[in-house]
Amino acid sequence: MARQGYDGVVLAAPVTVPYARFSTRPAQWWVGKALAALAEASGIAHRDFDGFSLASFSMAPDSAIGLTQHFGLSPRFLDFLPLGGVAGVASIRRAARIVQAGDADVVACIAADTNAPQSFRQSLENFSRFSQDAVYPYGAGGPNVSFALIAQAYMAETGLTRADIGQLAVAQRANALKNPNALMKKPLSLDEYLNSRPIAPPIHLFDCVMPCAGAEGFLVMREETAKAQGLPFVRLTAAIERHNGYPDDPVMLRGGWQRDVADLWAMAGVAPGTVDLVQTYDDYPVISAMQLADLGFCTAKGLPEFLNSHDFTTTGDLPHNTSGGQLSAGQAGCAGGHIGLVENIRQLTGTAGARQVKGARRALAMGFGMINFDRGLGSGAVVLEAA
Amino acid sequence: MRIKKNPVLRTRRPLLPPGARSRAAHLLAAAAGQGRFDLPCCTGCGRFAWPMPELCAACLSEVALKPAPTGATVISATTAEVPADSYFRERAPWRVGLVQMDCGPQAVVHLGPDCAPGDKVALSLMLDRAGQAVLFAAKKGQAMTADPQWHEMTANPRDRRVLITDARHVAALPLACALAKAGAAAILVGVPEDWKPLPTREAFAAIPGVSLLPLDVISDRSVEDLARDIGGKVEILINTADLPRPGGLGAPAAAAEARQAMEVVAFGLMRLARVFGPAMAGRGADGDKGAVAWVNVASVFGRVHAPGLAGYGAAHAAALAYGQALRADLAQGGVRLMTVLSGPTEDDWFQTFPQPKVGGSALANAIVSGLMKGLEEVVVGDLARDLLDRLAENPKAVERELAQGRF
Repeated sequence: MARQGYDGVVLAAPVTVPYARFSTRPAQWWVGKALAALAEASGIAHRDFDGFSLASFSMAPDSAIGLTQHFGLSPRFLDFLPLGGVAGVASIRRAARIVQAGDADVVACIAADTNAPQSFRQSLENFSRFSQDAVYPYGAGGPNVSFALIAQAYMAETGLTRADIGQLAVAQRANALKNPNALMKKPLSLDEYLNSRPIAPPIHLFDCVMPCAGAEGFLVMREETAKAQGLPFVRLTAAIERHNGYPDDPVMLRGGWQRDVADLWAMAGVAPGTVDLVQTYDDYPVISAMQLADLGFCTAKGLPEFLNSHDFTTTGDLPHNTSGGQLSAGQAGCAGGHIGLVENIRQLTGTAGARQVKGARRALAMGFGMINFDRGLGSGAVVLEAA
Repeated sequence: MRIKKNPVLRTRRPLLPPGARSRAAHLLAAAAGQGRFDLPCCTGCGRFAWPMPELCAACLSEVALKPAPTGATVISATTAEVPADSYFRERAPWRVGLVQMDCGPQAVVHLGPDCAPGDKVALSLMLDRAGQAVLFAAKKGQAMTADPQWHEMTANPRDRRVLITDARHVAALPLACALAKAGAAAILVGVPEDWKPLPTREAFAAIPGVSLLPLDVISDRSVEDLARDIGGKVEILINTADLPRPGGLGAPAAAAEARQAMEVVAFGLMRLARVFGPAMAGRGADGDKGAVAWVNVASVFGRVHAPGLAGYGAAHAAALAYGQALRADLAQGGVRLMTVLSGPTEDDWFQTFPQPKVGGSALANAIVSGLMKGLEEVVVGDLARDLLDRLAENPKAVERELAQGRF
């Protein structure tokens, strides 16, 4: 069966609760602040959001349902997505069909996580059954070692060098300097990237995101609702989602995006890669490179040349991770899967401030989530267009 | 050569690698503890799986452990320079690899030295310092004893000080020889009833590094006195204290002998455990030659109960039960308890038992080899192995057979 389009579905009110490296506040507080920001940005009282979609790792002992009472919501659509970096894409896909069918009118999609000095380690210990049994006991707790093993195989396969991959990290840092909410405030040179401390070679320090506390959010609604509210909006034109896309691959040399990429561009009605800006899921820039190949910007073997022949800054020919991404803005837990989506809504509604990409009409954002054992399981992508 | 520790420096407190496992994954600990390479395998389609699943991902049938081929190829290899976990952080850099097993699945492994992508490796299941099963990959035939990661998972006697608790045990002398050969820094051997002649005294004295010390495990005072002297200087303790007195319930001296066996085998272990246990557990990370293992030389009749060895079997069963408590205490310091289950030994007291019996050298070699491999359970002797197999297969049959005196 051919997929139905997302006709009439729009996204509005991109909000970010400014990140903090560490927070004494629990994730619930960050959700509340995001709800307040959404209400303020949209002019819709939070009690009138009749859909609530929440992504978080650190909400225990609550799930989304407890937060309805906590914050006075009475939604008729409720979703909880502890899916990591693919939660943003997944939340849009679900919310879009809900509003399209009229099961709800305004869905608040929020990702929020807190971060305390011990919380990253604690979440590693309790991340997943396979990780507990077969990754954490090997000194490979935390994704650094797992991604080092993937990166090494991918670099051997594609001929990518650290210098090639560094192009992405360096350009993102330049973008982050125009984002007042980015945690990283200093410029990053390619030399600094290359000479940074080895964490688990080929992964070095500036390949790693900085875990932090924060929240991202936006509203999903029908176009007529946005118009009635006088809200700037963007149109959802295509979305894909896949989990455990290639179970038989011995090592992750492609993401699930490859399985669905034709579907994505067909649905968007454009040739692969014809977008004005792109937000990859950059929990390791080598995975950003993999996404560019999987989404059809170039071939995997063509990546070294591609990365060296494009300018990925906000004024370049392919603006990439224009807010600084997770690498330079910070990784607020599950919000890492929303940061690119929120940024694209900003860019396409012309509200990205100093980092605004001129004439941005169509934008792509990826989600990638959960290195359960040896590979990231969830992959997703969303194409948005300016109204 | 053991270098003396600077007494002013703080003793490093033991940290352990992550020890949490799913319930199913604990099946692997039994295999690892016995030195077997068993992996989860589908009972329906025969596919091997990793990590341990609840059901087969291919056909959703039940999964059980099965002996697996050990071959694998390295897909990628890295060194964790800055691990998040404190145990690994203080031992970094730590080599980790992703391997493609010949039998199908991929796995993250502890990686031996000089293993690069594309290299063929052999896998083994080892117990780590948390006492949990982990995969270790190394090139076939590679000498591993010098590798610090391998060293962490084994109990090599080299440069370590060993206490053998009973010089009168049939395996004590060959054990002292084998330990000296393995490079033990000192071999302390307890002599019960020191005033009695010890026929092997001269033979012990001829082994370099051996000292004989009075030790009666039936005496609180004797055990505590010795612990005060050497408690903090024992890295491997091998409890050989035993009192083989065959006889059924009706034997004339049954009660007295059973009481005596309990004093030596069960309460003796308890006395040793109470004072040496905490001392060793506290030194589980005291340098790379810190306390590492406790060995209980037990009788298979502690697990397979023969009516003709009623009191003796009961004492060993009690010792095995104490061993569980000791294992839990030692585990807090990452120190391993290895249980050796031996069949009847070449001992005067087992004189009437049918062959094959276990010689002292065979027992000694099995103990040293078990330490080198980091095992948790070693079965010595064909009779012991046979009895345990029969027990696992059909316990009631063994009970009836032993009742008829059929070993």
